[in-house]
Amino acid sequence: MKIRLTELAHARSGDKGDTANVGVIALRPEWYPLLARTLTRDRVAAHFRGVITGGVERYELPNLNALNFLLHGALGGGGTVSLKTDAQGKVFSTAMLRLVLDVPDSDAQGLGLPGHKEWPAYRRAPKE
Amino acid sequence: MKNRVIVAAGQGFWGDWLDAPRRQVEGGPIDYLMLDYLAEVTMSILQKQKERDPRMGYARDFVGAMDSVMPAVADRGVKVIANAGGVNPPGCAEAIRDVARARGADGKVRIGVVTGDDLLPRLDQLLDAGHRFANMETGAALGSIRDRVLSANAYIGSEPIVEALARGANVVITGRSTDTALTMAPLRHEFGWGATDWNRLAAGIVAGHIIECGAQCSGGNCLYDWKSIPDLANVGYPMVEASPDGSFVVTKHPNTGGRVSVPTVTEQLVYEMGDPHSYITPDVIADFTSIRLAPDGENRVRVFGIEGKPATDKLKVSIAYRAGFKAVGTLVYAWPDALDKAKAADRILRERLDRMGLNFDEILTEFVGVSATHGPLAGDATDVPETQLRIGVRGSDRAAVERFTRELAPLVLNGPPSVTGFAGGRPKVEEVVAYWPALVDKSVVQTKVEVLA
Repeated sequence: MKIRLTELAHARSGDKGDTANVGVIALRPEWYPLLARTLTRDRVAAHFRGVITGGVERYELPNLNALNFLLHGALGGGGTVSLKTDAQGKVFSTAMLRLVLDVPDSDAQGLGLPGHKEWPAYRRAPKE
Repeated sequence: MKNRVIVAAGQGFWGDWLDAPRRQVEGGPIDYLMLDYLAEVTMSILQKQKERDPRMGYARDFVGAMDSVMPAVADRGVKVIANAGGVNPPGCAEAIRDVARARGADGKVRIGVVTGDDLLPRLDQLLDAGHRFANMETGAALGSIRDRVLSANAYIGSEPIVEALARGANVVITGRSTDTALTMAPLRHEFGWGATDWNRLAAGIVAGHIIECGAQCSGGNCLYDWKSIPDLANVGYPMVEASPDGSFVVTKHPNTGGRVSVPTVTEQLVYEMGDPHSYITPDVIADFTSIRLAPDGENRVRVFGIEGKPATDKLKVSIAYRAGFKAVGTLVYAWPDALDKAKAADRILRERLDRMGLNFDEILTEFVGVSATHGPLAGDATDVPETQLRIGVRGSDRAAVERFTRELAPLVLNGPPSVTGFAGGRPKVEEVVAYWPALVDKSVVQTKVEVLA
């Protein structure tokens, strides 16, 4: 099944120069292994293609049930140089949470992931 | 030695809630009030203020904060640690002495003043001696922008703050101390942690990181279950109850709003995180992957297990320099076809700028309400009720940026229809002060501590 990251995780983002960091935290500890397995560097890089100009770094923090992503070239120069509304990447986190993951149905069932019907329409992943 | 020390955060940046410091000293017992005022850009703003008036150059909000907490400092033994000194810690200390006098507390306030982080007066000498101050991101040498440098400050660690406390200061004012040192230093002072006690120093740094952004770890800006976070109007700022072994509890005063929970603390832990294995500070390298969190009752989170590694022999230097000018203007377009109208206005404006032959390093157009924050990830917006056209320019030619600011208002009468929201007037031209991160050998930065009786 397809599931939006916002159903599995919460997130916070910040900046270092022209790099945005996005920390992605599993909503439930038992969902972290699924995140660690499926939310790969390549998957995130593909999600942000055309949005950022640089590469992506990924770090795991299993103690915190979290992943940290560094998105380079994300902030139009960053800091005071940037002309962007979100010059400091404060809401990059929410752009990350739009990402749609493919999760095997068996995993979804076993982990008690929320089903489509429970979600408001705007949060639902696109139909397969 | 105490077996528990409470450090409470009262400001997360210059501009934070004015009531917070007083609420922290009145809401319950605390040992230290920690006030963080400095962001990367702040030093250059302060430097400009000091150029205009040599008595200025520090965070003026701190004066009001000290006035509001003076009874607690003078009579209840609460100590204050703040990096409010900016580029003029002695000037800041002078202003605080005036507050103490006005409050009749002059005999009871001993101000520790930490200096030595300001490298601007020594910059040429250091360059001549072979320190390159290469940009940590681009590798470029400082020479290319030397004549445009406004401020240059080394991020200094906990040592001078610990020294000031040991010499009896109950208010410590620093310049560009790291945000985290403001919390770690009093723990180090109280518990006698040594300079190579890496795990405990790292724990102090993590405590600092958690509370340095004020309420951002106690329910503010928290996405997790945000609708259920109670009473943010009365939000409690965070504090740490630390133990000598380096473990601590994050909590807030009773009868305050907000929330301290594993999710609220975790969100703050990942904020502005780089490589979590190496959170580099002047005192220690903290390993954020070692951090363990556990619920410890209502609005209490226990933090433990933190590991640290030896510090490096460098200090980070924050250099600010003039980098041209920018201006950002907005107009609001209404349904029907709001987005199409805004896009048409953008094309017209750009054609006019082109025709005048104005050169900019960058022109950026955003459609607020449609794609300003998520860009193409937001998908197709059809039939939006309104959108704000937000257009910004940046360049080295001030006159060109000025001219741009004159081009928005005319669109109201001579561009696409259904436009409003221009009441703010012409956009303001701002000088861009850019940030140049560099490293310098620790040995060249000598901090100095003075304690004013």
